[in-house]
Amino acid sequence: MLDSVSAGEIEAAGIGKNFGRFTALKDISLTVGRGEFLTLLGPSGSGKTTFLMILAGFEAPTTGRLSLNGVDMTETDAETRGFGMVFQGYALFPHMTVEQNIAFPLRVQKRSAQQIKARVAEMVEMVGLGGHGHKKPSALSGGQQQRVALARALAYEPPVLLLDEPFSALDRNLRGQMQDEMRRIHKDTGTTFVFVTHDQEEALALSSRIAIFDHGQLQQLDTPREIYDRPSNRFVAEFLGDINILPVNPKLTDETGAVAEFEGRAIRAVADQGGGSSVAVRPERMILSAEEMPQANSIPAKITDIVYLGAETRLGLKTAGGNDLTMSLPTHEVPATAAVGAPFWVNWAPEHGVFL
Amino acid sequence: MSKPMKSALVLLGPLLAFLMLAYVFPFLGILRWSFTLPELGLGNYADALTDPLVLSVFGRTLRVCVIVTLVSVASAYVITLLWVRGGPVQRLVMELCILIPFWISVLTRAFGWLALLSNRGLINTWLQGIGLTSDPLTMVRNEFGVVVGMAHFLIPFAVFPLASAVRNLDERVLLAARGMGAGRQRVFWTVFLPMTAPGILGAALIVFVFALGFFVTPAILGGGRSVMVAELVYLRIFQSPNWGLGAAISVILMIGVAFLMGALMKAVRPGEKS
Repeated sequence: MLDSVSAGEIEAAGIGKNFGRFTALKDISLTVGRGEFLTLLGPSGSGKTTFLMILAGFEAPTTGRLSLNGVDMTETDAETRGFGMVFQGYALFPHMTVEQNIAFPLRVQKRSAQQIKARVAEMVEMVGLGGHGHKKPSALSGGQQQRVALARALAYEPPVLLLDEPFSALDRNLRGQMQDEMRRIHKDTGTTFVFVTHDQEEALALSSRIAIFDHGQLQQLDTPREIYDRPSNRFVAEFLGDINILPVNPKLTDETGAVAEFEGRAIRAVADQGGGSSVAVRPERMILSAEEMPQANSIPAKITDIVYLGAETRLGLKTAGGNDLTMSLPTHEVPATAAVGAPFWVNWAPEHGVFL
Repeated sequence: MSKPMKSALVLLGPLLAFLMLAYVFPFLGILRWSFTLPELGLGNYADALTDPLVLSVFGRTLRVCVIVTLVSVASAYVITLLWVRGGPVQRLVMELCILIPFWISVLTRAFGWLALLSNRGLINTWLQGIGLTSDPLTMVRNEFGVVVGMAHFLIPFAVFPLASAVRNLDERVLLAARGMGAGRQRVFWTVFLPMTAPGILGAALIVFVFALGFFVTPAILGGGRSVMVAELVYLRIFQSPNWGLGAAISVILMIGVAFLMGALMKAVRPGEKS
């Protein structure tokens, strides 16, 4: 096993990047902790990959500073930073065998032939490619090539491993497998991982924290659970999973907390993000009832659609004021009376709604 | 026969017919001459493979072509890198430099080199003018002149296969190498060059095969002293009429080229062994 002492801590302060007149990144400040698994998540063109390239040293930031373990590295070139990198499409050396690929960074570091041999064997074993060492990358499957790329990037114990959408070319099953493997490798090596993806499930499953990017700006940086339960703005709320956004009129604060009005009813929700023009509620947080539940937020609505999805069922509803709601509940909890056109009450606890 | 095969044959028909008429039939005629003139037998081949003059011409041709190939491919590699990986202005300039020679005939270019390289040419006049040399350097009517003229003609033909090899290179592979701490020199020698090796082999093949059949440039810049195979064939057929021997030399050249093509094609596509 590798020692985690070598894991690096990265600090970015006010990083901005312009390509001509186009602003790709604007004022990104964040810290990636030692041994952390940070995911940069966002739609394409959000600047997440540009930020990763700046971390790697392949792009220079227009503004801002970067440091590694407290030492400024803004002007340090990629070769000297020596962060491990796994690219989309793997970027293996096609003219070298698996073993030669993995040995490449070790040769660069001029380690002894004996050390290289031992280390390569160890890495081949770690990523489960025993017996494939003498093959060229073109003779391997996508998943295997991915493993080689990981082994190569980790072989020389870089302080930070950067991953640019490494699973995007894999099919769904393989993806799940590689994610498990990635989690294991992260745990085993203790290296700091910075991972770029546009797949939200992947981000939620793997990360210790997620940084959400949009239009070159950092929208939110928090643990997967916090980001999911307490999105800080409408973009984050809608980008990650399904959510109901109810337009409310201005939020007031009374003795029991924040309250606003939706279709003539008082709605209570968490107000720590400062917004007040809408309330966001996850579909799975809503409860269906035949009667109003006075202790919760309670809204009358009619069922417009029932979608059976196996373990869960998704219901589409319309409120009296014409707003659409979506809720999902375990299929065995769907009342027998549920049918298109049937009137119900939709309820949720105040702590499960967020003012945006 | 499948339908697309049929329509492909229809479309290819005129070209195939032309190739038959213009190349295959005449070549069969040459083949016949080589065995029948002046009398039936293998006499011409025996002559061609024992005559010291013919052998020395074959030797010179091989030597000149190898040198020309090395010079052309090496220069073309540098030109390609400047062209494909440069900024927009540099790319335009390089493009013009590669294309302009294409618009000038071989003959004009050979005479152009003659004007530059001959004993009283521009280069010698200049060298003597600034006092670097007292006697003119002999740069034409020898192999040096032939190599210069041929390489100049062949470089663009090497640039195109190299350019496609360099363009198809996955930029991320280079980034990956740099990211792992490899400096520019190392990236070039251990990653860039091996990855473009198929392009280099392809370029070398084109240049070498092309060079083997060169006639005008060696005739002018060699000035009758550095005779190469194509010129020898011409001499045997038009000046010292010995059609049988000329034909036999042509056939030997042809077989050599075919053999080389086969060998190099195999090298460029090393199959699926891993």
